[in-house]
Parts: sequence; C-alpha cells; structure tokens
Amino acid sequence: MSKAGPASVEFRNVSMRYGAVTAVDTVSFAIEAGQLVTLLGPSGCGKTTTLRMIAGLEIASEGEILIGGKDVTHLSAADRDVSMVFQSYALFPHMSVMENAAYGPTVKGFAKAKAQEMALEKLALVGLKGFEKRYPSELSGGQQQRVAVARALVLEPQVLLFDEPLSNLDAKLRRRVRQEIRDLQQSLNLTVAYVTHDQEEALAVSDKIIVMSNARVAQQGSPRELYEAPADAFVADFIGDANLLDVAITSVTDGRADIALGPARLNLPARGLAAGPAKIAIRPHSLLVSEPGLPNGLPGIVRKSSYLGNHVDLIVESPVGELFVVSPDTQRPRAAGDSIALAFAETGLVLVP
Amino acid sequence: MRASTRLALLIGWLGYVLIPWYLPQDGSLAGYPFGQAGTALALVLSGASPWLLPIGLALVAASLLVGREERPWIGRSLVWIGLLGLIAFFAQGFAITLPDQGIPWLAALFGGAGQAQPGMGFGALMTLFSLLLMMCHGLAYRGYCRGDLFTTSAIGIVVLLIGLFVFYPVATILQSALVESDGTLALASFFERLLSPTIWGLGCLGGGTNCGVAWNTLILAVLTGVITTLLGLACALLVLRTRMPGKRLMRAMTVLPIITPPFVIGLALILLFGRSGAITGILAEWVGIPRSRWIYGLPGVLLAQVLAFAPIAFLVLMGTVQGIAPSMEEAAQTLGAKHWSTFRTVTWPLLRPGLANAFLLGFVESMADFGNPLVLGGNFEVLSTKIFFAVVGAAHNQGQAAVLAIVLLAFTLGAFWVQQRWLGTKSYTTVAGKGDSGIPAMLPTSAKVISAVVIVPWVLLTAVIYAVILIGGFVKAMGRDHTLTLEHYRTGFAIDFSNGIFFEGAAWPSLFTTLKVAAISSPLTALIGLITAFLLTRQHFAGRRTLEFTTMLSFAIPGTVLGVAYILAFNVPPVEITGTGLILVLAFVFRNMPVGVRSGIAGLAQIDKSLDEASMTLRARSFTTLRRVVLPLLKPALITALVYSFVRCITSVSAVIFLVSAEYNLATAYIVGRVEAGEFGLAIAYSSVLIVVMAVGIALIQVGVGERKLGRRAVPVPKPKAPKQTARLTKPAVEAAK
Ligand SMILES: Nc1ncnc2c1ncn2[C@@H]1O[C@H](COP(=O)(O)OP(=O)(O)O)[C@@H](O)[C@H]1O
Ligand SMILES: [Mg+2]
Repeated sequence: MSKAGPASVEFRNVSMRYGAVTAVDTVSFAIEAGQLVTLLGPSGCGKTTTLRMIAGLEIASEGEILIGGKDVTHLSAADRDVSMVFQSYALFPHMSVMENAAYGPTVKGFAKAKAQEMALEKLALVGLKGFEKRYPSELSGGQQQRVAVARALVLEPQVLLFDEPLSNLDAKLRRRVRQEIRDLQQSLNLTVAYVTHDQEEALAVSDKIIVMSNARVAQQGSPRELYEAPADAFVADFIGDANLLDVAITSVTDGRADIALGPARLNLPARGLAAGPAKIAIRPHSLLVSEPGLPNGLPGIVRKSSYLGNHVDLIVESPVGELFVVSPDTQRPRAAGDSIALAFAETGLVLVP
Repeated sequence: MRASTRLALLIGWLGYVLIPWYLPQDGSLAGYPFGQAGTALALVLSGASPWLLPIGLALVAASLLVGREERPWIGRSLVWIGLLGLIAFFAQGFAITLPDQGIPWLAALFGGAGQAQPGMGFGALMTLFSLLLMMCHGLAYRGYCRGDLFTTSAIGIVVLLIGLFVFYPVATILQSALVESDGTLALASFFERLLSPTIWGLGCLGGGTNCGVAWNTLILAVLTGVITTLLGLACALLVLRTRMPGKRLMRAMTVLPIITPPFVIGLALILLFGRSGAITGILAEWVGIPRSRWIYGLPGVLLAQVLAFAPIAFLVLMGTVQGIAPSMEEAAQTLGAKHWSTFRTVTWPLLRPGLANAFLLGFVESMADFGNPLVLGGNFEVLSTKIFFAVVGAAHNQGQAAVLAIVLLAFTLGAFWVQQRWLGTKSYTTVAGKGDSGIPAMLPTSAKVISAVVIVPWVLLTAVIYAVILIGGFVKAMGRDHTLTLEHYRTGFAIDFSNGIFFEGAAWPSLFTTLKVAAISSPLTALIGLITAFLLTRQHFAGRRTLEFTTMLSFAIPGTVLGVAYILAFNVPPVEITGTGLILVLAFVFRNMPVGVRSGIAGLAQIDKSLDEASMTLRARSFTTLRRVVLPLLKPALITALVYSFVRCITSVSAVIFLVSAEYNLATAYIVGRVEAGEFGLAIAYSSVLIVVMAVGIALIQVGVGERKLGRRAVPVPKPKAPKQTARLTKPAVEAAK
C-alpha cells in the first residue's frame, strides 16, 4: 500500500446550512500536515459539523475544502482519504474486533490475509493484541475506543478525525487516553483534527486550537497565544477562567497603555487599542490577596470562600465589581467578611479588543 | 464513462437489438426478429414500427460517450439522453396502443397515425431500465447524492416502480370515471353516477328500502371501529393491569388474524349461525328458537369483522398501555389520588390517542374488508363488494366500478389524513428512555369486572370459531351431518400415486400458484421495501419527503381499489399483463410494499447512523455499506418483511380476486368460489390447510434468514434515541392482518 503520508487541510469560507439553521458560517482555517489541531467551543457551535465536512459526511453548502492541496469539496466520504473516530465509536456490533479493524482494507479489495495482517498491526499498536476474536459488546468502553482508533488507522489515512473521543470515558481514564492519542499522533506523524468542548483537554494536546463560537471561528492559534492574547472576551473567558472588567485607557505610548481600573493604575501592552473605554481580562490566580491598605491595589471584602485542598476559591467584592480569585495560600484562608486588598501579578492580565 | 454505466448501456442495446420488444403471444417466438416477436431494431429497419427509432437514437447518443474521460458535460449529456429517451419511450407507448385508442396526435407525430402495437415485453423493459439508469448515473456524475451511482439508481428505480404500479393504475381509475370510452370528457354522467341514490340514498331511515352503499359502509366501519377498540382496550387492561390467568393465551390470540384469511371467520360464522348452522340447530331443537337468516347482513358482517379485527386493536392498545409510565400513576397516588381517580385523571387521558388510533385502524380495516361482506353480506351491500359486482357481475360496468372505487378511496384517504394530521402531531408516548420503572397501577375492581364481562364471550367465541375451522373440514356437513370423513380433503388434496405422482385434487393448482406467486413476490417486496426504507432514512435527496408520503399513502389504498385499478390499467397496451401470473406478482409486491418499508424504517431506526458513516469513512460506498453493515443488522426487519408479505400473499382476497384467471387461480379466490357454490366443507378444509402452510412458511423463513449475531453477551445495537414506543410502530403487524 502506498503511504500517502499526512496531508494538510484547508477551509476557505466554508458554510453549512440546514434549512434556516446555519451550523457553520464562512469559516476559514488551515491545518498543517502532521499537526494535531483541536476544534474547541461550547456545545452547538458547529464543531461536529465542521469535522463531518472534513470527512465528507456533510457536503458544504458554500466554500472550498482542500485536503493535501486538492479540492475535495464535492467528494463523498468514500472518496476522501480521511478516517474518523466517532463519539459513539460506531463499532459494527455484528463483527469481531478483527473484522471491525480489517473492514477498511476488506472493502477496499485487499485479500483477507493481507487485510487481517494490516488490522493486526494497528491493533497491536493500540495494545489490543489478543482481543481479535471478541465482539464489541464484550469490551470495556476504553477498549472499544481503542478498536475504533485502530480501525481508523488501518488505512493510514491522510487525515484522522476525532469527535469528542473522551466523552464516553470516566474521568480518570481521560487524562491517560488523551496523552496516548497525542503520542500516537506524534510517533506516526499524523494530521489530526480533534473536537472537544473541554478547554483543558485542548490545551493539553494541541499544536493549534481553533476556537469556535456561534458557527464562526472566534480565534485560532497556539495554546499559548490563545491564553495570553485572546482575541475577544469570549475566548478570554472560554480558555481558562477570566474576570472581564470595564477599564479606561488613559493614554497609549509606544504600544503600551496606561489603564485605570477603579482606583488602581496598570500598564499593559495596548494590543492596538486607542485611548478610551476598553475591557480587561484578569485570570483568577493573577489577583494576589494581600492585607488592606496596599498601594495601587483593589480594596475588597471577601463574600465567599471555599477551601479546595491545594487552593482557595474566593469571591471578592471590589469597587470594580465582583471578582473571582484563586489563592494558593491555603495556610491562612480568608473568611467571608474579611477586608483584603488585591494586587496584580506580572502575567495573566490582558486587554481584550 | 464508468464501468457500471457501460453495463447499463449494454443492457439497453441487448433489449433493443436482441430481445423481442413486445410481449410474445402465448410465449411463441414465431417470426422473430419481425412481427409480434420482433426486436426493436428489426422493426424500425423494416419500417414496421418507426416510432421506436428515437429510443434507438438515445442509445446511439449514449454509446458515443463510452470511451470518454469523465468531464462535467458527460454527466449532463447522460442526464439529457436518459431523460429524452424515457420521454420518447413513454410517449410512443401511450400514444400508440390498440386501434382507435391511445393519443392520436402524438401517434401521428411519431409516424404511427392509425397504427396499433401490442403490450411491451422484455426487450422494452430492458431498454427502459437502461435509459433510467443512464439518467440516474448522469445525475450521480453531476454530484447528486454525493456522486453515488447506487443511490441515484435506486431512487430512480423506486420512483419509476411506484409511479408505474401505484400511481398510474390509480390515475387510470380517475380517468375511466371521468372519460368515456370514445375519449370525451363525461362530467355529467360522472356526477350522475357519483351522486346516485344507490350510493348515497337514505331510504333505510324512513324504513322500507335499503340505504346507499356509502352509508352502509360508513355505518359498518364506525360500529366495527368502536367495538374493536372497546374490546381491545378491555383486553389490554386485563392483560397488563391485572394478575389475570391465561395472559399468554390472550397474546397468542393477536397472532391469529395474521395467519387467518379474512373471510374464514365469516365462513365459520355461517357454519355456526347460518340457517343450518351447528348452533342454530341446537337452539332450534332445544330452545325452540326458529331458524333464520339473521347472520346474513349487517349483524353477521359486523360480528365477523369484530372477531377478525379486535386483535389488531388489542395489539395497538397494548403498546399504548405499556407506554404509560407507571411512575406517573405512582406520582398521582403519592399526591393522594385513589385507584379509580388515578385511572380517570391520569391513565385515561394518556390512553386517548391510542384509542383514536385503534378506532381509525378498525374503521379502515372494515372499509377495506371484502371477504366477510362477500360471504355474509346478503342484501347488505358495501362499497368493496359493490365494486366487485360492478366489475365481474352481469352489468360489467367499469365506469360505475371506478366511481365506487373513488368514493371508497376518498373514505380511506380521509381516515389516513385524519390519522396523519391529528394523531401524527400528538405524542403517544410517555416512555422517555430510562429510569421510568415502577409498578403499574392495578385496575380498580369495577373496571376489572366490566372488562371481564366483555372479554370472556369474545374469547370463547374466537375459540369456538377456530375449533370449527379445524374440525369443519373433517365432518360431512357442519351443522347437519357430523359424521367424520376425509372426503373434503380427498376432493381438494388427493394425490394419485398409481403412475408416479399425480396431484389429482381440485385444490392443488391454486395452491401451487399461490405458493409460487408468494415465493416470488415476498422477497421482491422485502427487497424493494428495505431499499426504499434505506433511501428514506439514510439518504438526502430532493423529493425525499414526497416519496415518503407516497409510500405512506399507498397504505390507504384498499385492496379492492388496487385490484380494479390494475385491471383498468393493465389490460391494454402499453402494459398488457392481465391474465398472466406477472400481474399477480406485481399486485402483491405493490400492495405489500408499505409493510416492507415500515419494517425497514422501524429496523433502521434501531441502527445508529454513525455505523453507516463509519463504514463510509472507511472507503465503503453505499452499496457495500448496505450489504456489509446495514443488512446484517437488519435481519429482524428482513424477517418481519418477508413473513408479512408472504402471509399477506396467501391470505389476501380483495386485490387479486379481479386478477385471477382460469390458468392462474389463487387459493383464496378458489375458496371464495367454493363458498359461493355452497361447498363449505371443502372451503373450510382448504382454509385450515392454508393456515398450516403459513405456519410452516414462517418457520422456514425464520430458519433461512438466521439470527443476527451481536456477540455472546446480548447487548443491543447502539441506539440513536430512546426507543419510542408508539402505538403506530405496530403498524406492520396491523397491515399484515388485512
Ligand atoms: N442535520 C442537521 N439538521 C439541522 N440542524 C443541524 C443538523 N446538524 C447540526 N445541526 C445544528 O447545527 C448546529 C451545530 O451543530 P454541531 O456541529 O453538532 O455542534 P457541536 O458539535 O459544536 O456541538 C446546532 O445548532 C445543531 O442544532
Ligand atoms: Mg458535537
């Protein structure tokens, strides 16, 4: 079998409409060959639809889709060199593990022995050697998922797609499986598009994240870019929690802005903003709890305090509104009603356009 | 051009050049390749049928594309070639038929003015198929249905078949009601017939004369609907909400109507309650009640229909009662409601949609029923029997039959419409998936008593009737002479072994024809039904909803109407197949197709769509997916479709009684003939043989198709949604019982 190797994926102004519903609205992005890219966003924002358009299970209403530089917009799923691991795994219940894994090469016309050999290789890769004769109903959820991955890998597709692959696994298993998927992707050098609604999962495995919101791409970039320079309030809030506050930019010099946040004064990169009202995103752990009377801090009163083992969550009432604060100081937990002041950390504060 | 398109083209050329174009008379090939057995090419070249030339030109045009590389314009050209070819095909077929019929101006256009041609045969069929495939492949090349040849072709074939064998015949009824035989529009006589007092007369209200058939039919249908619904409800409540003994027996009773030919109940009633019936005799001798003919007429037909259709209502209402989540009734009880008020305030309102559905089913069944009114009606005429006598009777009035068929069709379509519009929007179900456990509330005692009082006579009567069916064939004359005898079986089923095996009995030919026709048509029904279901549920294409609606609609066509439609449509060219076995096969396939579609849709609903999609992303096309993934998982639905269409082939009377011929007689038609001749013993013996044959057939189908294998641990196939238990899901069973 000639190995095509990983291929890039490109969307150019792609839209998908179901009657009056626009599930995906003029979306453009590129996935480089050999990268793992996640589509991240809240439920119903169009991630699955986007993934299914890559697979060819939905034909785009508008725009162009390119795989490996070739226009595949109107090709059916069977004609694209793309495999998918379904959220429900979609294992064929009437076929054994071996028959499931060998399905791709079998329907492609390979001899039975060759097809089984190819299947066995991938089953071994996912650690399921010895399970060939079982039926899907005789496997645990985690094992079923490995079969689904092996089945998708057997034809060595140019692009491999995962739709929320961890959603049917229990919490403990998720961390391990997501790392296995990442390792597999890197060792086999695969192009992977990965859908999730869990930002932590996305941050952990991705080369690049495409954040979607309301059928559109809100922002795309590396995990670090998204976290440190969110394009808008939605992204800032969705990737890691953030306190979104109204501020006034008093002046901008050399690309840095002087900012008035209630009584406090800050100096941050301006990110192209001019003087005037703006928004700031402050990560909960970038607000540092100190004693009242701190210069250039925000005075506040603790409203709620929850002890969570390795940190304390606080809700603090301040002149700029209610703030969510994560304090690492578990030794002297503040109680509700305490007066405190909040200082600002070096990182985790960013102006959002 | 792809290989399969080339194959389609080859089929077309074979049909055009090699195979006789027309249906040869008596299968003789005299004169081939000219004359009646001529091929299209020979007939065109010899100048005998110049109107077949355009079809040949379409094939030539398609052949010019054979070696070409696939370009957008190839697809477009194929679509046009196929479409124009089809238009030419049908235009000449309908324009030039019998002498002085057809469409004269169109015939002149084709150069066949004043000419005639016989019905189309296999050559024409193959060419038609080829042109259709060409058009569908062209559409696939253009990207329709994601470029899947199988899908577009399957859609094309299904649409053509439904058009040709459902729509066209039904349209022919309209035409023959509205148009005189000389081709003029005859609105006046149409309305005269439509509004005639024999249909709508109200004479019975004033006493004296009979009411019109339409009123008879409606009254009978309403009574049957109400009574079967009440019986079904009482029975469902007793089975599901009491600790009554004999529940299994009650459930077994629901299977009976499926394997009982519809008129057999009527026949048994005659043997019990007729003038010389067994019970009439006992009553006359012991109690002194004079013998009478009360069973012939409304009371008898009603009784027979109630006995025949109550199990259907039972089946539907069982689904409804099961669907009422016990937790709701428990909730009512924790809120302080007593038994009776729980039933009244919670259970009853939830039952209502199911009741309406059961009523409508009984209503439609009664209107469509033909066998019972035929054997028991006496002077009480209903639409279905009136249609029959208009066609086969002395009057031989096809226009009248067509008008009556329109009235009947309007009634059944109306009921269908009500069911769709009104019940379709209501939720029958309270089973939302998981977690709804609990113990169903038991019936209040008064309801138990009422139910039992209603049910016990019914169950007893049913038992007696089936006893009569079993015993009736073994006695000389039920009711008069109860000497045991094998005479009836000997008349019907004697085999002479003196010279090899000779099937001497009078019933053998019709039994063999029935089995042959059933064996051919039920796999076809299942195939077409399941493919249609696959297209409807798994593919997206323009017109999908229309196709879905059409297949649903064909449920509502009563057998009698379909039968009339078939003789009106198919006894003249271009499709002239009356009197052949083929018309029986076609009638069964298209009458039973909705059953196949229903069970296919129900089966596919149990298979998560992501399985198909997984198969597609693994490079399988839709045909491979259908064969390797869907069909193996659809085995239960396949069995259902096969069993029901097989059984319905054997039991149905209404559609085929018009279509049988001396050469191709069917078991039910033969039995009805015996009943009319008063040979009840033979009729009842034959009926019990049929019931046994069906039981064996069902067992064979189950063994033949086999079980679907899902691993050693029984885990259901992944389901897309919580299984919704609606009363309507039982429709295939209901359909089968017709
Ligand atoms: N087949 C469909 N028909 C109509 N609407 C659909 C269909 N599939 C998805 N949608 C709609 O498109 C939107 C995006 O769906 P989806 O891509 O599944 O979201 P996500 O995977 O991000 O949760 C939703 O609003 C959904 O209701
Ligand atoms: Mg999704």
